[in-house]
Amino acid sequence: MFEQKHEMLRKLAREFAVNELEPIAADAEKEGGYPKELWQKAARYGFGGITIPKEYGGAGGDYKSLAIVVEEFCKKDASASSLLMSNSLSGAPYLYYGTEEQKQKYLKPMVLGEKIGAFALTEPGAGSDSGATQTTCLWDEEQGCYILNGRKCFITMGPICDYAVVFAKSNLEAKGTRGISAFIVEASWDGFSRGKAEEKMGMHASVTSDLIFNNVKVPKENLLGKEGQGFKIAMGILDAGRVTVAAQGLGIGAGCLDLAIQYSKERVQFGKPICKLQDVAFKLADMATEVEATRMLVYNVADKLDKHETVTLQAAMAKYKAGEMCNQVAYKALQIHGGYGYMQDYAIERMTRAARLVSIYEGTSEIQKLVISGNLLK
Amino acid sequence: MKILVCAKQVPNTNEVKINPETGTLIRDGVESILNPDDDNALEAALQLKDANEGSTVTVVSMGPPQAKDMLIECLAKGADDAILLSSRAFGGADTWATSNTIAAAIRKIGDYDIIFAGRQAIDGDTAQVGPQIAERLNLPQVTYVEEVLKCEDKKVTVKRQLEDGYEIIEIPMPCLLTAVKELNTPRYMSVKGIYEAYEKEITVWDEKDIEADPNQIGIKSSPTRVFRSFTPAPKGKGVMIEGTPKEAAAKVVDELKKKHFL
Repeated sequence: MFEQKHEMLRKLAREFAVNELEPIAADAEKEGGYPKELWQKAARYGFGGITIPKEYGGAGGDYKSLAIVVEEFCKKDASASSLLMSNSLSGAPYLYYGTEEQKQKYLKPMVLGEKIGAFALTEPGAGSDSGATQTTCLWDEEQGCYILNGRKCFITMGPICDYAVVFAKSNLEAKGTRGISAFIVEASWDGFSRGKAEEKMGMHASVTSDLIFNNVKVPKENLLGKEGQGFKIAMGILDAGRVTVAAQGLGIGAGCLDLAIQYSKERVQFGKPICKLQDVAFKLADMATEVEATRMLVYNVADKLDKHETVTLQAAMAKYKAGEMCNQVAYKALQIHGGYGYMQDYAIERMTRAARLVSIYEGTSEIQKLVISGNLLK
Repeated sequence: MKILVCAKQVPNTNEVKINPETGTLIRDGVESILNPDDDNALEAALQLKDANEGSTVTVVSMGPPQAKDMLIECLAKGADDAILLSSRAFGGADTWATSNTIAAAIRKIGDYDIIFAGRQAIDGDTAQVGPQIAERLNLPQVTYVEEVLKCEDKKVTVKRQLEDGYEIIEIPMPCLLTAVKELNTPRYMSVKGIYEAYEKEITVWDEKDIEADPNQIGIKSSPTRVFRSFTPAPKGKGVMIEGTPKEAAAKVVDELKKKHFL
């Protein structure tokens, strides 16, 4: 499945993670964000455009490459996959549904690290149930533009995004999800505001807030795709996005395993390193086996995406497995650390809190099971 | 400007362990890397390329076929092309034969302004090949370059590291410079660079391609003889000092005072 270029890419991602991410991960968690220079550095080395074609500043790479980079980054810093969002949720809507002009204007600056984008689907009353969307973006004949009103919540990059793809009802008569369309909305426009940055349990470096729209005028050319296509766009992007989240869970699990191995070799109790105790050694064996099984699932989905196969079922399985696995592995890794693992000075504390999100966001484990069982029973 | 970089693939000696019975290096499973000083040499070349539009960087290496991986890494960092000198006839060469081989290849390339080489390779630590290449090609050279100050009008001004200071030297191009690690911080490969590197062809030359004199290359033409190699006996176990950081620091100071180091 892998070519030499993938191994070389893993080497690059590992070097970048060890030298640039690991040393600042604890500070970024405390300060609630990454320094601007890191965004620019990541973009300069091409991480913002792994899967984006060359004409928009990217490398034109495949999903396996993206999954490799996400895994290696998240081994050292669980939040760091947010630096790669232009490859997935933030950028993919433009890539797959945008006009040439929209791609040049919005996608390219994101890939080059000049701008930050966001994907605004979730609302207080509409998570995985997109049909319940309350935000509206209705055509106003008199003003010659759409008028956007509503509120989106839990938006990754909300506090710092320069623009966002916003999903809103453009047709109030259409039933369920059929009236939803996607719009490109710039943060500098009148009527656009943000809620306060959310104080989350973990992943503090990946910032989150509400986006609030009060009579925002959206020009006609900022409709993404066609009217009524919004739900289809969102679901298509989320299928591919799940691979990124699954790779993030894989990276967190693998990173926790690394921390546990290292600590168990250094920590001496009863006159020997604790890795010599069978219970600890067997825990490590279980953790490594779970990580490896998840790795197979994740790269299998990435490979299918690269072959343009439908991945809804496998992506749900990979995301479900990775979300659960990283929590189990983090739990055991922290247990091996004993009291020290509960201290914020140790990376395992931060990684454990981060793991908790992976089984929740971009579709909870339960929603993934709904998708999986739905595919089995149709 | 046309810039050449001499690079070598070496075992990552940080990871090499020694077989306590035979006293030899255990090279199995040890990754091969771009020699660190050569990475600084490449970075210096790439910085000159960035500053002088239209410049090109060509990396030259002598080694077995697998050294191609290291050359791909150089391409992925931004080098324009790479040449691998690879043949059984080059095998087992010491610095004398190696510099003959590389100099022959550079003669074949012909047109160049600056040759960068790393100060020394971490597997041999001789620091001889760079200077020897300059001698073979009759080029002016500066070793231990820690800063490139100016590069214009066919002249380069560099700061040369000395044990207790530095020299500022101006030399005409073409010339050869050897890089120390203080010269710069090497860049990473880039994602795009990796994708493009695998689309490029790495030129492979053997002894016929570079028209090398068979009596000047390879193990037969290497005057260096290794009489004996040995592993220094490991030093005794250190003393572990325990306690809180504050207590431990106080104990360390006491110990050092006792031994009259402080």
